[in-house]
Amino acid sequence: MTVLARTVEATRRYGAVVALDRVSLDIRAGELVGLLGPNGAGKSTLINLFVGLRRPSSGTVELLGGSPADPVVRRGIGVTPQETGLPEVLRVGEIVDLVSAHFPGATGKAELLDRFGLGDLVKRQIGGLSGGQKRRVAVALAFVGNPRLVFLDEPTTGLDVEARRSLWDGVKAYHESGGTVLLTSHYLEEIEALAERVVVVGQGRVLADDTVRAVRDMVGVRRVSLVADRLPEPAGPAGLPALPGLISCEREGDRFHLLTSDSDELVVELVRSGVPFSGLEIRPSSLEDAFLTITAKESVHV
Amino acid sequence: MSSLVMAHTRHQVLEQIRVPIGLLASSLFPAISMLAFAVPFVGDDPLASTISTGSMTLVGAMSATLMGLSITVAQDREQPWDPYLRTLPAGPLPRFAGRILTTTAVMLVSMVPVLLIAALFTEAAVTPLRLLLGVGAVLVSSLPFMLIGLVLGFLLPSKAAIGVSQVLFFPFAIVGGLMLPLEVMPELVRTISSFVPSRGAGELVWWASAGVEPDVLPLVTMAVWTVAAGAVAAWAYRRDEGRRYS
Repeated sequence: MTVLARTVEATRRYGAVVALDRVSLDIRAGELVGLLGPNGAGKSTLINLFVGLRRPSSGTVELLGGSPADPVVRRGIGVTPQETGLPEVLRVGEIVDLVSAHFPGATGKAELLDRFGLGDLVKRQIGGLSGGQKRRVAVALAFVGNPRLVFLDEPTTGLDVEARRSLWDGVKAYHESGGTVLLTSHYLEEIEALAERVVVVGQGRVLADDTVRAVRDMVGVRRVSLVADRLPEPAGPAGLPALPGLISCEREGDRFHLLTSDSDELVVELVRSGVPFSGLEIRPSSLEDAFLTITAKESVHV
Repeated sequence: MSSLVMAHTRHQVLEQIRVPIGLLASSLFPAISMLAFAVPFVGDDPLASTISTGSMTLVGAMSATLMGLSITVAQDREQPWDPYLRTLPAGPLPRFAGRILTTTAVMLVSMVPVLLIAALFTEAAVTPLRLLLGVGAVLVSSLPFMLIGLVLGFLLPSKAAIGVSQVLFFPFAIVGGLMLPLEVMPELVRTISSFVPSRGAGELVWWASAGVEPDVLPLVTMAVWTVAAGAVAAWAYRRDEGRRYS
């Protein structure tokens, strides 16, 4: 498959801070890649390298067979602006016109706005739109130039469920017609709904790069919390209580929060140990928990 | 390329027109000063009225460039819209050119009320040729103020740019002899006057519009300011680019 975007051993420093540390990544034609990571993990830096806003301190970045710094190369990509930055006093149609002026093969304005359910808003000023409407305008702008590759940074943050699903449909339709997508999100659910491949970044490095299923299995942890005076005595190598699959243990007042890869066995073992407890809760892991898991595994492997 | 410059200019002119405070600031202040100072005191003297008219158009031009340009450039740098535009297939040039063209348009618009007041309420007299020369002289002599505005815009956050540009604007206008005739000012101010760029700008505009023989020193000073501000603006631009886009 053709590689549309690629970094080879790309490192980016800001002064003494290493934002990206020797990252090598290929985005192939037709892929829908989800980029996951907490704030400060290096997601934005990676995207800024791909779209030509920043240059790597070392290593190389390639976009559509050329350099992201070359404006002609960037005709093939689409990027979402942050909706907070859209010029408040301009009308939706005027902003689309401005962006269209940069692309020789731009989509028609009416068709584009209809595709994102914005047809009625063409004459409205940005300042008068709701947060969700601004978000949709921002996402629509990424598709103005009929791109081969789009970078969608947090496309549905702040949208209600219905708007989120309709936007997902738009992204899926683009992908099915042959488009390639690199998507960042805080929502694991969003990545699961859209992406085929997930790249997890943390501390400037790629921690995992696999199919959605594989990464989900990898982070298939649950959060067990309970009220107790004490837990079974530590026995594991990291001084953790002797419970099955335990990844981390935090105490908050009289409540313990346990991350485990096997919640069923953990509860069985807890009951067997005879330690008195109450207020048992078991929840699926959040994305944050998933991170803890992946980064914990990472440090074990290193 | 030029169609892109036009697209960006159109976009920025629309922003100016829809939030007309910048436009009003550049037009109203010189117009009000004209009504308050020039009309009652020198309105029946053709030469003094013409000179005052030239001075007030320059005050409007300084407001559009020194204040307007510095603030909009500083604000642009703070908006996430700026980096977004940099991901589009174009370099920074079309937007920058649009900024300069828009500022020039604001400057030309700000001259209109002053010229109307001069025509209606004073004895100011000017031939069409002198009028054109005068407008041209205002455009030429706005160059150092545009460059100083760019320096401030590239170096300062927008709130600081608002303050610093005002701190420069009023002394430039007064010491340059644009608000009051230099003859009524103390000796010291008259000496300093030759070394501010606004005085040279005034000399050029008075010469072009009213045929007053200019002093040479202020013109030389203005040229020096222009070259120096241009060099600093180029440095400030590269520094800003390096910080945000390298």
